Amino acid sequence: MLDKNGIAKRIAKEVKDGYYVNLGIGIPTLVANYIPEGLNVVLQSENGLLGIGPFPFEGEEDADLINAGKQTITTLPGSAFFDSAMSFGMIRAGKVDLTILGAMEVSENGDIANWKIPGKMVKGMGGAMDLVASAKNIIVAMQHVNKAGESKLLPTCSLPLTGIKCVKKIVTELAVLSVLPEGGFQLLERAPGVSVDQIKSATAGKLIIEGEIPEMTI
Amino acid sequence: MNKTVDSPDAAIAGISDNMVLGLGGFGLCGIPENSISALIRSGVKGLTCISNNAGVDDFGIGLMLQSKQVKKMISSYVGENAEFERQLLSGELEVDLIPQGTLATRLMAAGYGMPAIFTPAGVGTEIAKGKESRIFGEKEYLLEYAFDIDYSIVKAWKGDEYGNLIFRKTSRNFNPLIAMAGKITIAEVEEMVPAGELDPDHIHLPGIYVHRIFQGSNYEKRIEQRTVRQRN
Repeated sequence: MLDKNGIAKRIAKEVKDGYYVNLGIGIPTLVANYIPEGLNVVLQSENGLLGIGPFPFEGEEDADLINAGKQTITTLPGSAFFDSAMSFGMIRAGKVDLTILGAMEVSENGDIANWKIPGKMVKGMGGAMDLVASAKNIIVAMQHVNKAGESKLLPTCSLPLTGIKCVKKIVTELAVLSVLPEGGFQLLERAPGVSVDQIKSATAGKLIIEGEIPEMTI
Repeated sequence: MNKTVDSPDAAIAGISDNMVLGLGGFGLCGIPENSISALIRSGVKGLTCISNNAGVDDFGIGLMLQSKQVKKMISSYVGENAEFERQLLSGELEVDLIPQGTLATRLMAAGYGMPAIFTPAGVGTEIAKGKESRIFGEKEYLLEYAFDIDYSIVKAWKGDEYGNLIFRKTSRNFNPLIAMAGKITIAEVEEMVPAGELDPDHIHLPGIYVHRIFQGSNYEKRIEQRTVRQRN
């Protein structure tokens, strides 16, 4: 079973040379720490930056330089600033190669719910609806089951949707799964020490298992 | 074409109860601190505020919520604000949550003289309810209208008396878009310079979109999430 950093490490393997990548808040942010050296990757921050650098050294924080999670950051050689309309313009136009974000639920046809829980204070969708509606390649990083032990991989989402038919791949503490165009979660890899049966019992949606499922390498 | 005014209080003259305001910034980054203080001093009430966020309890638009001047917020994300939550749950405050890119592009449309845009954001979700949609190619898009803003208030790094503006780093965010969308636009700047000092090639927002400009002071520029790494 993977911890949060393990999930981030596995997702980092999906990042290819030359990619522009948008990382959501939470586990996705950790992916930046595991992008292999030597890959030329530019991280996009939807508040208006391409080329997110590491957190600043203490004393070097700049209130005018933050990421979409409002954390202080730095730039890198080759970084560029722009306004929020251009930021979502490049997202909508499909210029961002890969979007990695968290989710509360994903359905077997690729619908995602990650912004609202009825009965709880709604904070807003931020840029999530724009990202999922336009991104070419969306990977979800999340726990396989919620705190109540219920599967988050469902036949249909029960929570209000953020977007429809958009998730391509899911990485959880148990498995890597792809969402098939015709519907269903295809099991691609097992986390170290996790059995197919464990994944079966944690997946409420249609799970497709073909042949031997390899253990992932991270 | 001198658009300079002497003070934030002079800059906000004409803003009256129940108007629609646009305010620049992302979180607390690039917010018009001086103008917000002036709005609080003015006591104007019943405002509809279009701004990506609603500040925090004791800073930014959060201060206008404390003084109960805001009737409605139009934002994409309003977390981190206990007073906001209290007023929303008690019914004192209305909120319209819209996707961040839709917000940005509806502002841009207003500044570009376009009545509406089509965006895929929100298709198939509850925010699509009651909205016109149209298929282009094989994809569905929602019709979203340009904003109609009485007064826009933005913060820039440098500006000149013509209202030309340059923003700094990620404090640009929504500022140029909010500025473009206002019938009357107020800009506060960290540094006022004489016309001619800004290289025309470096101007982010041309002064035609700005009606009043003033030199701000005492910027706190508060950081919401201070994150640092250790030196090894």
